[in-house]
Amino acid sequence: MKKAIVFKNVRKNFKQLKAVDGISMSIEQGEFFGLLGPNGAGKSTLINMMAGLVRPSHGSISVMGFDVNKDYQKARHSVGIVPQELVFDPFFNVREMLRFQAGYFGKDKSNDRWVDEVIERLDLADKASTNMRMLSGGMKRRALIAQALVHRPPVIVLDEPTAGVDVELRQRLWGFIKDLNKEGHTIVLTTHYLEEAETLCNRVAMMKSGKIVALNSTKNLLKEFSSKNLKVRLQKNKIQKIATLMKGDSLELEDDWCTFKLKKISDASRIIEKLNVLKIQILDMELIESDLENIFLKLTSKD
Amino acid sequence: MNTTRDQLIGTWTLLKKELLRFWRVAFQTVAAPVISGILYLLIFSQVLGDRLEVYEGVNYLVFLIPGLIMMSLLQNSFSNSSSSLIQAKVMGNIIFLLLTPLSYLQLFFAFLIAAIIRGMFVGICIYLIAIYYVDLPVKYPWFIFMFAFCGGGLMGAFGMIAGIWAHRFDQMAVFGNFVIMPLSMLSGVFYSIHSLPEVWQNISHFNPFFYMIDGFRYGFFGQSDTSPYLSLLIVVSFFIILSFITIRMLKSGYKLRN
Repeated sequence: MKKAIVFKNVRKNFKQLKAVDGISMSIEQGEFFGLLGPNGAGKSTLINMMAGLVRPSHGSISVMGFDVNKDYQKARHSVGIVPQELVFDPFFNVREMLRFQAGYFGKDKSNDRWVDEVIERLDLADKASTNMRMLSGGMKRRALIAQALVHRPPVIVLDEPTAGVDVELRQRLWGFIKDLNKEGHTIVLTTHYLEEAETLCNRVAMMKSGKIVALNSTKNLLKEFSSKNLKVRLQKNKIQKIATLMKGDSLELEDDWCTFKLKKISDASRIIEKLNVLKIQILDMELIESDLENIFLKLTSKD
Repeated sequence: MNTTRDQLIGTWTLLKKELLRFWRVAFQTVAAPVISGILYLLIFSQVLGDRLEVYEGVNYLVFLIPGLIMMSLLQNSFSNSSSSLIQAKVMGNIIFLLLTPLSYLQLFFAFLIAAIIRGMFVGICIYLIAIYYVDLPVKYPWFIFMFAFCGGGLMGAFGMIAGIWAHRFDQMAVFGNFVIMPLSMLSGVFYSIHSLPEVWQNISHFNPFFYMIDGFRYGFFGQSDTSPYLSLLIVVSFFIILSFITIRMLKSGYKLRN
């Protein structure tokens, strides 16, 4: 089976700045792939190169086997991009804009039924004849997603699709994007909401300063970098002695809280027993498990 | 995927969108330049109408009409492609074109034809209003069409160059105020260059607008300040050169794909 997207040693320099610095990776067909990274990590530049909006300084990118520069027309037929900014053409209404967009891809009137279906599925039917200027931010976001779908691309790239979207709409968009993935579309998602990536993506790449710092399945990444901590609140007069009493355990103190780093989960019961034996009363307790956000911070904050 | 049929549909879609874009604001894009043209005619006809004869048997008002038609045509052809591109760039919706499989030639032809159509539409409106009041001869319609088409195309291509190059509205205004307006006003729309001192006559020959206006006017009266064939050669040459530059800019993605 063809890979959906292949990046081969892709670089992009803006004068002295290495926005993307030698990225090589591939995304399988049908994958739900997350591209994470702090602002300025190079995510949007990477996506813009894939979309043909920016030309790479070095390397190659192919979408569904078509090189985005040499075979750009076929490559662009294969991908639908939802841009991050809420851009729109102020002269037209939603339906007109979608039909024009489909027409640019060579779709004639026979595609209008699909356009209407996309409008229905994104709950835009009531606003189909409304000028884009008059839509709310959430509606504009939906219209942008619809625009990326009108030519039925196998690969859909969503650049921060839920930025500035309320919780309800976010959930609905998640549902819609999940359905697209189930229907066989390859989804590439960039997001700042790590919960979003954790919930939706099978695999994630984390970028920092134009490079990939982690690339794995979400499950493996959580496993590989997972850490469990036991956080206990103790009496103030005991907290100073704890480091001496619990020698051998890795711990951190903060006010009256003591955080034990667990090598394995059974360490938690051992520590609780030991505290009981030492007659140190536990006032409060929580078990903290690292999520994608912790991993993200760990990987993107280290030099 | 992306057959010739797809490409034709793509080009036609963009052309249709560009035509609809100016038609939606026809009050600004058609009515306003037509009214401006008619006002020029009214004022000059009142002031100079029967008192001047520019060519033999051609009074000033009749002489003025083709020049005004062509000036409006040129300015509106330029406005159509330049304003469409600069608006799309500033608003960010240029992305919807750049993400599509439309080739640089498809983009070029769609914008160019839309610019020519808008220019010609405005020109025809002024012509129809003018002939209601004035008896305007048409000696060589083929010349009229050729100059209208090539002039509109030349200015449409120039508008694309300006729209691609500029990234702010004030930069675009520089083209309108410091290039298009002076060159069109000093091109012989309102006078025959033979009425100018020799030095200004010579300078006028470096103004491409002069050849567009003069050649277009020849189509109506069969008289002109310079050879209509030389004018046509110069206009066609400029049209080809500007088209070549525009196509190169679109192909390289200059100021678009960066």
